[in-house]
Amino acid sequence: MMRFSTLIKHPADWMTGGQGEHGAVLTSRIRLARNLRRHPFPGWARREQRAAALDLMRPAVEALPAMKGAFSHELGDLTSVQKQVLVERHLISREHAARGDGSAAVIERRQTFSLMLNEEDHLRMQAIRPGLQLSAAFTALSELDTELETSLEFAFDPTLGYLTTCPTNLGTGLRASAMLHLPGLVLSDQISQVLQAVNKIGLAVRGLYGEGTESLGNLYQISNQSTLGESEETIIRRLERVISQVANHEQNAREKLLEDDPEMVADKIGRAYGVLRYSHIIDSKEALNHLSLLRLGGTLGFFAPQTVMVCDSLLMDIQPAHLQLHSGRKLSPEERDSIRAEIVRSRLHSLESPDNRMSSKDEKNLPNPSNPGDS
Amino acid sequence: MKCDFCDQKATVFLTQLVEGQMKKVCLCDSCAKERGVTDPTGFSLADLLLGGLPGGPGTAAGGGSPAAPGNGRKCPTCGFTLDDLKRVRRFGCSDCYATFSEEVGQMLRGMHKGTSHIGKVPEGLMATQFRNQRLEELRSRLDQAITSESYEEAAGIRDEIHNLSETKP
Ligand SMILES: [Zn+2]
Ligand SMILES: [Zn+2]
Repeated sequence: MMRFSTLIKHPADWMTGGQGEHGAVLTSRIRLARNLRRHPFPGWARREQRAAALDLMRPAVEALPAMKGAFSHELGDLTSVQKQVLVERHLISREHAARGDGSAAVIERRQTFSLMLNEEDHLRMQAIRPGLQLSAAFTALSELDTELETSLEFAFDPTLGYLTTCPTNLGTGLRASAMLHLPGLVLSDQISQVLQAVNKIGLAVRGLYGEGTESLGNLYQISNQSTLGESEETIIRRLERVISQVANHEQNAREKLLEDDPEMVADKIGRAYGVLRYSHIIDSKEALNHLSLLRLGGTLGFFAPQTVMVCDSLLMDIQPAHLQLHSGRKLSPEERDSIRAEIVRSRLHSLESPDNRMSSKDEKNLPNPSNPGDS
Repeated sequence: MKCDFCDQKATVFLTQLVEGQMKKVCLCDSCAKERGVTDPTGFSLADLLLGGLPGGPGTAAGGGSPAAPGNGRKCPTCGFTLDDLKRVRRFGCSDCYATFSEEVGQMLRGMHKGTSHIGKVPEGLMATQFRNQRLEELRSRLDQAITSESYEEAAGIRDEIHNLSETKP
């Protein structure tokens, strides 16, 4: 069986591939909730009933071809740092991490599928893809779900659809979401307007870190709220349409900022570069906010394009449990801040200053008047 | 401090904001284990209360929980009561949706875009439904055939019914 260290040794493809739609959409995620017939839901079940449900589900899940050689552990067997790392990678929920014996996590080798057994529902299945790929993620997960139907009997009602612990998930049991990086909309003060509009059409928006519309790192998550009365395809199509509109707004905002106030943009990105390259103590709030600007710089040509990927893996690796795992021991907040700075410095160590890059680019791109044959 | 669910000493403490109110739950080692709680951070309290309130099946006093006062409605499959539902706004098992269908109707008002499912149907289930529908059709055709004394046709339909009932999806 796959070990924890093997699972998390490498970043998943979806963590570093979010460059579609100009990098505004980092990841797409699909979650399906399913429950077993005749078994009490995990929150209401007795210990032995929970164990019985797990004993039914776990072999079925592990036997799926897609889950061959998967990471599969009961939560009681994982340390709290290991569980927290899985939460930071979005592979299990915070609620699931609080559970112990009787609940399990089965995670596909490349971390593109993860299944939570005995979470709020018996089965919470998740597929993650880089960029805006909700349909592809759904198709893949739905196939897995269909395969499971041959060995597990899911609770289903012709009128109410898939039956869930909480009625807010009834019907499709589908939660589709995307993580977006929206620094352009934040810097141009358009973010609350855009988020309100998204909210108005019944979609949920929240900052990924922090509260409400104020989000650290300018990272936001958009997801559906309604799960009953519309097909999976309808829900996903609407979300994809809205998300690509938001990504377009973001792109326009970035272009307009560069046009209207190039000095402000260069200053912000330059400062972020300075702080991240040279600081020795950095808390996660400061790191997230500067990484966000560095990532913006990567999409605007201030840095090499692969800078975006470096930023995306750093977003994951500077979080508390990842830092503890990296250093192999419990860290005080002060130690965390200095190790965080160390990791950031070493990853960005060969990143060229935006000034060098921009000026050499200008020379290359601008037609040289003394040499008309060049243009 | 004593455990909320039995008389032992509490060792796990959970505090959480539930609908704007701070709620605190204290558990002893064995009750925490029973509920599958190991790490108090981030645990959903509603979830804990769902299975853990005195009288629920997860507690020492639980099992044959006494009928809730005022109304006797209780899920025959899992023992979840109407009071449990009112408290946690969630269900005990999938059969609860039939037991509390009236309440489900009320809860669903305004919650989703619609009130009936459109979308994926478990394939095995669809096959069963299709088969049952087809069987019903054949049986009524058989009745008609017998009524009109077309025995040859009736024999054919009988064979078809026989074949269809044999194939288990
Ligand atoms: Zn106790
Ligand atoms: Zn029930």
